[in-house]
Amino acid sequence: MRPFLYERADSPERAVKAGGQFIAGGTTMTDLMKLDVMRPEKLVDINPLAKSRAGQIEVTDSGIRFGALVRMAQAEAHPAVRSSYPVIADSLKLAASQQIRTMASLAGNVLQRTRCEYFREVSWPCNKRVPGSGCSAIGGVNRQHAVLGISGDCIASYPGDFAQALIALDAIVETTGGPKGLRLIPFAELHRPPGNTPHIETVLEPGELITAIQVPAGPWTRRSRYLKIRDRDSYAFALSSAAVALDMDGDTVRQAKIALGGIASVPWRATEAEAALRGKRLDEASATAAAEAALAGAKPQEHNAFKVPLAKQTLIRALLETQRMEI
Amino acid sequence: MTNDEKGTLNRRGFLGVSAGGAALPLVAGAVVASAPAQAQTAAAAPDARTSVNVTLTINGRNHRLAIDSRTSLLDTLRDHVGLTGTKKGCDHGQCGACTVLINGTPALSCMTFGVMAEGVEVTTVEGLAGPSGELHPMQQAFIDHDAFQCGYCTPGQILSAIGCVNEGHAETDAGIREYMSGNLCRCAAYPNIVAAVKQAKSDMRGA
Repeated sequence: MRPFLYERADSPERAVKAGGQFIAGGTTMTDLMKLDVMRPEKLVDINPLAKSRAGQIEVTDSGIRFGALVRMAQAEAHPAVRSSYPVIADSLKLAASQQIRTMASLAGNVLQRTRCEYFREVSWPCNKRVPGSGCSAIGGVNRQHAVLGISGDCIASYPGDFAQALIALDAIVETTGGPKGLRLIPFAELHRPPGNTPHIETVLEPGELITAIQVPAGPWTRRSRYLKIRDRDSYAFALSSAAVALDMDGDTVRQAKIALGGIASVPWRATEAEAALRGKRLDEASATAAAEAALAGAKPQEHNAFKVPLAKQTLIRALLETQRMEI
Repeated sequence: MTNDEKGTLNRRGFLGVSAGGAALPLVAGAVVASAPAQAQTAAAAPDARTSVNVTLTINGRNHRLAIDSRTSLLDTLRDHVGLTGTKKGCDHGQCGACTVLINGTPALSCMTFGVMAEGVEVTTVEGLAGPSGELHPMQQAFIDHDAFQCGYCTPGQILSAIGCVNEGHAETDAGIREYMSGNLCRCAAYPNIVAAVKQAKSDMRGA
């Protein structure tokens, strides 16, 4: 591993001033540093912030605020998250092994890097790792790669689960240390699709620190769930997943909030599917039509065409199971 | 600077570690290992070659160490404190062999740096037995149920299993299997591990 300086920060201001790569749980960072994919010259340990508001979950009538340093396991176990925002609890519970969920911070989790094998192995050209070097996944082994939101320069998939719940529920990210000091970023705008700059993954400026994630309350949060389809039954990344939250009037959809995981370059809000369901009676036919709309723009590669029907079936099942939830 | 405290006392052990990577013999007392770090003046620019001084709390004892910032907690435990019960499997957070308890909950010692473990309580498999050597109920249950074959994953399995019981996830076989899915056993002793966790669950109530 390349050498780095280590500094601990006990306030967001000091963390920003320290001017380095932030590290919290370390479950992505240590992995990628060992692989020589990430090469920080200085690590700024922000774990001491967990003793402040950044380590707390605040629940009010208007929503829930997760401090950036809240751990995945801590959020998943919170009674109000489980009862009023089950899609969040499910997405966290299914995300990783218990050890990783104990360590990983929520803000670090949403910023986790792709699992693309060509990104993780420095021998391969990769536009995300070395801009302009080429994409080895295009024409390579691309079974796990994305079919939505991709470009001619990068087809890596976003690997996370929690982010799908957040984007579906219109979450907002609080940051500090950006050019304008404090700012609020809609979660849907946090991640950047690859385009021709796949190495720039978010809109965060260098040194900008996420301090919290807000999730607004709404009539859809209780009737919500996260369905994840994987190669094995536990502790694996999603081949496809669906975060669904429904506001129902009997069998009629007032509003559906839908996000899809495992198949897109960034956390993916399925707005076409939401529009297809609004005001409709929810049944297998309308769920199928919504799934067709969600995947209409899919561009499969040689090895991942199976993800298109899989993602459709994942969404159909998630919609119908969410409809049947007892709340 | 205080980084030379006890430096002379333990230099021999430190050199042993440096030369051969051998386990440092445990010395009774609070401070079991220390290394003479390079002198650092206030004016000197930070240099990644300078060891970082940390005090880690491991199995209830404080250990003053000077380590390279790159040293994982796992390597810190094994190579600098001499606690080799914690095992290195994949070194990438995928197998669970390196599981320890941090503040009582299972965590991966390969996925964090030793310098980041200051201020938390680390428990390794060496810290489980009672003062007169009586085994922790989970250790005994693993023996009773033959819950291992080669034994390499066992320390990590035992620490995860303790977390599983303490956090209330040992009510069903499925709950145990899900909670412990981050601990791989290539010998596939899984049914026996589940049986051991269930036995220890009742034994730990009295503990």
